[in-house]
Amino acid sequence: MSDSVWILGITMTKFGKSPEKDVIDLASEAALAALADGGVTMKDVGILAAGNLMNASAGIGQQLQKQIGQTGIPVYNVANACATGATALRTAVMAVKAGECDVGMAVGVEKLAGAGLLAGGNRKADGDSWTPSGRYGSVAPLDGRVGTETMPGVFAQIGMEYGHRYGGADFELFARISQKNHAHSTLNPLAAYSKKMSLEEIMGDVMIAYPNTRPMCSANCDGAAAAVVVSEAKLRMLDPDQRRRAVKISASVLTTDPWEEACQVLPNVNTLTRNAAAKAYEQAGVGPEDLDLVELHDCFATAELVHYDNLMLCESGGAVDFFNSGVTWRDGSIPVNVSGGLESKGHPIAATGIANIWEVCHHLRGEAGDRQIEGASVGLAHVIGLGSACGVHVLEKAAA
Amino acid sequence: MGQVPLVDYLVLGDDPHLVANQCASCKARFFDRRNACAACGATAFSAVDVPTEGELVTYTIVAFAAPGVPVPFIAGVIDCGGTSVRANVVGCEPDPEHVRLGMKVRLKTFPIGTDGDGVDAIGFGFEPIDTKEAP
Repeated sequence: MSDSVWILGITMTKFGKSPEKDVIDLASEAALAALADGGVTMKDVGILAAGNLMNASAGIGQQLQKQIGQTGIPVYNVANACATGATALRTAVMAVKAGECDVGMAVGVEKLAGAGLLAGGNRKADGDSWTPSGRYGSVAPLDGRVGTETMPGVFAQIGMEYGHRYGGADFELFARISQKNHAHSTLNPLAAYSKKMSLEEIMGDVMIAYPNTRPMCSANCDGAAAAVVVSEAKLRMLDPDQRRRAVKISASVLTTDPWEEACQVLPNVNTLTRNAAAKAYEQAGVGPEDLDLVELHDCFATAELVHYDNLMLCESGGAVDFFNSGVTWRDGSIPVNVSGGLESKGHPIAATGIANIWEVCHHLRGEAGDRQIEGASVGLAHVIGLGSACGVHVLEKAAA
Repeated sequence: MGQVPLVDYLVLGDDPHLVANQCASCKARFFDRRNACAACGATAFSAVDVPTEGELVTYTIVAFAAPGVPVPFIAGVIDCGGTSVRANVVGCEPDPEHVRLGMKVRLKTFPIGTDGDGVDAIGFGFEPIDTKEAP
């Protein structure tokens, strides 16, 4: 069972606004394209894992089957916050690894264009009579009264905490991270937004939760991504061209947050990411220094900074100097988010954890066109969903 | 007439303070109703008082929130002698020139509204101890 699992076919749709397509249209588009990319059909697929966070109880996998092929295979509908796509992929990988089937497919899809804040729900009118409810015995909604539940606010605090601990992280630094990703996006035709932005434009835009202005937040949009995975034994029997384009999944890891002081006060996105990265590097037998590119979960500019450290791309506490050295720009030694990242490519939640793997595969296959990272042979894709769940995948180019 | 705390871990009276559920086994602290300890799995807890003064270890200034939530406001985490507390920072201008990471703050309680029975709900935040320190 030591055989690796490989990505045979993978794709993402154009991210952005797709008013003429519903969730199943987008999922079908991604799934059919991934099958075509891998040179297989639904008849070859032995398991389907499907993610769609906003309709987590809708049985999106079966709805997809009803459009592209009801072959009777098991479907796993998964939901794991912003790690939903990675969880779907990991589910398919586990099934192939366990020997339950030779070929599996994972699909992630979301329609979010025009959505606003995704947490910190509406404040209801306070009741006629104070009545304690919930686990805190609260008599009124707590968002805004006891801190913030909004994602921009939570992740702002995560970045500011890093700055407090190690110094050097101010508004301008976070804005420059965003400037990098928006600059990268200009080369990505599938990005929701591909406009270069100046530091002044980013810092002068609408403030959402200091220090995150609007362009420093992930963009809500529509999109889907899908991957077909295959066992090594099966891959050996396929055509040379399929084998040449296959990408090895050298590590597939999912973690949750272990208890630490403060982790139920402000989510700790650091330890579970660090744990996932450590396990992934061990599984893959590679280190951060071997990576040619990284797609990490920049749901907010403040998050990208801490994940440089969590993924051990820099020394502990050294993320600010690391970024300032310029190495994470696409012409640097370890390009991060050459797709434009969630801040410009967009973040259709359940699609993100497969789309970031597509981006890495695109470079490893040498098919990334204008934004190709030359000679890329190893890459890492990372997502985190608050709650929390972290997915890390290490991908390697086929040997021949 | 009557008062009720916004949350059940806020104790009112002459010396308002927060209380945590502390695991009898590993001393992990929680503010919510517990089934067991997330750190060690033990099921016995005792109530412990949390220091009313602490240090602001992170914050954000929320400028955009759900409808009905007044903005801007400062949300942050306060280290109260080793116990982290989520709260708003009050009595401080909500701009980056006035909020300072590491600043000393203390618990402050205040009414957040009155219900139909004339009962005040009392909320809490943390205010800077020495506002002169702010640049």
